[in-house]
Amino acid sequence: MNGMTRFTAVALLGLSAQLALSQNLDPAKILEPHPDSWPTYSGDYSGQRYSKLDQINQGNIKGLSLAWSTKVTAGTRPGGGGGIGQPSGPAAIVGGVGTSEFGGTANVRGALIQVDGVIYATTPDNAWALDAHDGHEIWHFYWKTKGGTHIGNRGVGMWHDRVYMETPDDYLICLDAKTGKEIWHKEIANFNLQYFSTMSPIVVGNHLLVGTGDDLDEPGYLQSLDPETGEMQWRYYTVPMKKGDPGLETWANLDAASHGGGNVWVPGSYDPETHLYIFGSANPTAAYTSAKRGPGDNLYTCAMIAVNVDTGKMAWYYQTSPHDTHDFDSAQTPILVDAMFNGKMRKMAMTMARNGYFFVVDRLTGEHLVTSKISASANWAAPELNKIGQPVRVPAKDFDVAGALVSPANQGTANWMPPAFDPETGLFYVQTTDSFAMYYLATLDPRGAMGLGGKDELSLGTMGTYLTAIDYKTGKIAWNHRYPGVGNSRLPDGILATAGKLLFAADAAGNLVAYDPANGKPLWHSRIGASNAPETYMIDGHQYLLVAGGDTIYAFVMN
Amino acid sequence: MKVQVVVFACLLTGFVYSVREPLVQASSQVAGQQAGQPAPPAGPGPGGAQRLAAYPDRPKAPQEVLDRGKAVYGVSCSFCHGSDAGGGESGPNLLRSGVVLEDQNGELVSPIVHGARASLGMPRIDISDAQIVDVVAWLHSLKVVSRTGPPEVPINIVTGDSKVGEATFGKLCGSCHSVTGDLKGFAGMYKDPRAMQQAWMLPGGPGGRFPGEAAGPSLHVKPTSVTVTLADGKKAEGNLERIDDFYVSLRDNTGGLKSFSRNGDIPKVEIHDTLAPHRQMFMKISDKEIHDITAYLVTTK
Repeated sequence: MNGMTRFTAVALLGLSAQLALSQNLDPAKILEPHPDSWPTYSGDYSGQRYSKLDQINQGNIKGLSLAWSTKVTAGTRPGGGGGIGQPSGPAAIVGGVGTSEFGGTANVRGALIQVDGVIYATTPDNAWALDAHDGHEIWHFYWKTKGGTHIGNRGVGMWHDRVYMETPDDYLICLDAKTGKEIWHKEIANFNLQYFSTMSPIVVGNHLLVGTGDDLDEPGYLQSLDPETGEMQWRYYTVPMKKGDPGLETWANLDAASHGGGNVWVPGSYDPETHLYIFGSANPTAAYTSAKRGPGDNLYTCAMIAVNVDTGKMAWYYQTSPHDTHDFDSAQTPILVDAMFNGKMRKMAMTMARNGYFFVVDRLTGEHLVTSKISASANWAAPELNKIGQPVRVPAKDFDVAGALVSPANQGTANWMPPAFDPETGLFYVQTTDSFAMYYLATLDPRGAMGLGGKDELSLGTMGTYLTAIDYKTGKIAWNHRYPGVGNSRLPDGILATAGKLLFAADAAGNLVAYDPANGKPLWHSRIGASNAPETYMIDGHQYLLVAGGDTIYAFVMN
Repeated sequence: MKVQVVVFACLLTGFVYSVREPLVQASSQVAGQQAGQPAPPAGPGPGGAQRLAAYPDRPKAPQEVLDRGKAVYGVSCSFCHGSDAGGGESGPNLLRSGVVLEDQNGELVSPIVHGARASLGMPRIDISDAQIVDVVAWLHSLKVVSRTGPPEVPINIVTGDSKVGEATFGKLCGSCHSVTGDLKGFAGMYKDPRAMQQAWMLPGGPGGRFPGEAAGPSLHVKPTSVTVTLADGKKAEGNLERIDDFYVSLRDNTGGLKSFSRNGDIPKVEIHDTLAPHRQMFMKISDKEIHDITAYLVTTK
């Protein structure tokens, strides 16, 4: 081999290595993600949504300006991706087992995954790849549907050169990250049982973790699939499914337990040290008329649950709403923090539950550390917590023939919208609202109703909606920022914290706002109608702030 | 809250709302409202409105099959499983049964009826395969939805004590309201006491029961107003249009829009929320007090 050939060979090798690395995510990289990327739902496994990037910071935030915006078009309508004044995107690649087209305007609510300079965005039945440099559309995949509740999609998961998306008609679709072409699809839940699937799949090593939703009385479960083939590795049910299953004693009988809900529809967090995947389970069913569930706690609904990803076995749980009767899912993403607590380092998991209470537990054991009532108006539980820090339900506040005045309303004090944690301030940030509604019993059938039936809830608005900062050590509110106005009923979207001493979040009016994490003072805003939790990444030496506003995705940059 | 989410979702998509099985439906998973967003383009595109069911009904069997199935069910199954298949003292709810939901034409139900689960307490029932097919056809004709429609028999929500309610009204409401003054004829405006109750608790809130149902008569409630005081001391006053941390706008008494940028406390903004005393009341009032006041107001019709 002469010098020239060797040079060419090395150059080619270098080139091919570089090519092989494009649009490819080694799952090991998610363990310590490069701040240039946003490789999984929360940006990393901790759920903190804290970026170490500080090019955009408190000192220069006033100069943050728009780099690009791209409008996406759902379905097969022509001109996909082309807004007025923008070139049309590529035609949709169409898949699907069903035949219906769910059209309508795209509304991006989930995570935007960014790896190797490519962004992956979703809405129900739709996935797009966009160039992170300038936002132009690379491909669009569209899934014709059998139906299912089209309430949202929380983003793709990525493993090597593949991306995965759940669909409302209960398929997991595996797409080629480079082309958007389908590699395979697998049924992950039974459409006939009225499941619908929205969760962003979470990749842990060679496990692909997927969950589903259901508003009838079907059992919730988390599954681990082989990312290569889609074959099931294990399935963990959040409710007892057979005689002898733990928790069965907390239900009236097996029929009630195995129709007991507890769905898994929001991604959890992962502790690489213990191999524990920690997530929240949804409400028990029947959601409101609970007599047929028996008087017990209805395990393991409305709980933080830790499952070993290798075995699918539960290591611990902490139930945030024993015997829930208000559809207060506790599905929100827990945040994992290693920090001082009562004078020693603790490995903790913390969550702000829909029921109005904030919880901190030891994430190795599930031992309870802190409970704090965050919503001043919450009235569904007794003033005193029980011995392990759980709120104790007041049955008179379930509902009443003549109406029970309940706070929070069904939407909850908080919901799935991702919270954030800033290790610099030690504060947990979350959007909260103090809402009221009248809960009327809507059936006189002593058997109660199925699913979400049996009660009518009529809104009485809110006392206020807040960006709330919580000190995890005490559970006390360190500060809160009330969105101005009267009776804001919108619970704004999730939060990003950065090393630039900034918080980014939508406000109740749809502004994307940058705040001082120390006190909640607004520092910068843009009225774009923000519709998801902001993210950040770095390309070619520039830090970008990425956020969706309905059918349009916006990237801001420091010029 | 849920109801509002549904209505808004429909506005967003342009789909015709089907009360029983909307494709976009309020769910245990909260979508979140879109207030403050730029208005999206209307409609799903060419062709206009369309109706898609989230979980489509099965094709209905001929009426005579349904009649036969219902009759056999009534004789052989309803004692344990309930006349509506929604479950009874000893038999589980068949509407949500995975076996029934999965079954196409009796193939999964039949072995169980013939005794496959005798050891689990489901006795063998002596009916033929043809009869089982009829029963399954009838079961599959029943709606299986995770929400309830209006009750067949209206539920009377007036359970309070009107005598006590009169005193409670005087105590909690009397400083602003009187049934012979501003509330004269108020209760008589409502056919549904529940809509009336919602209206006195928060006038202008949703008083109706299901989407599409009238919210009840509109009441004259003084709109939320705002006073904006500029740095030079000049004031603008009017009805509040919009406010966030960076902007406030109002309609003045000519109907004109006045809007201002906000920067912290400049300009000074004072909001006058007519309904603030009502909202504050929610923090203290008991359910009994609510029910008693409603019972009292009903008597003033």
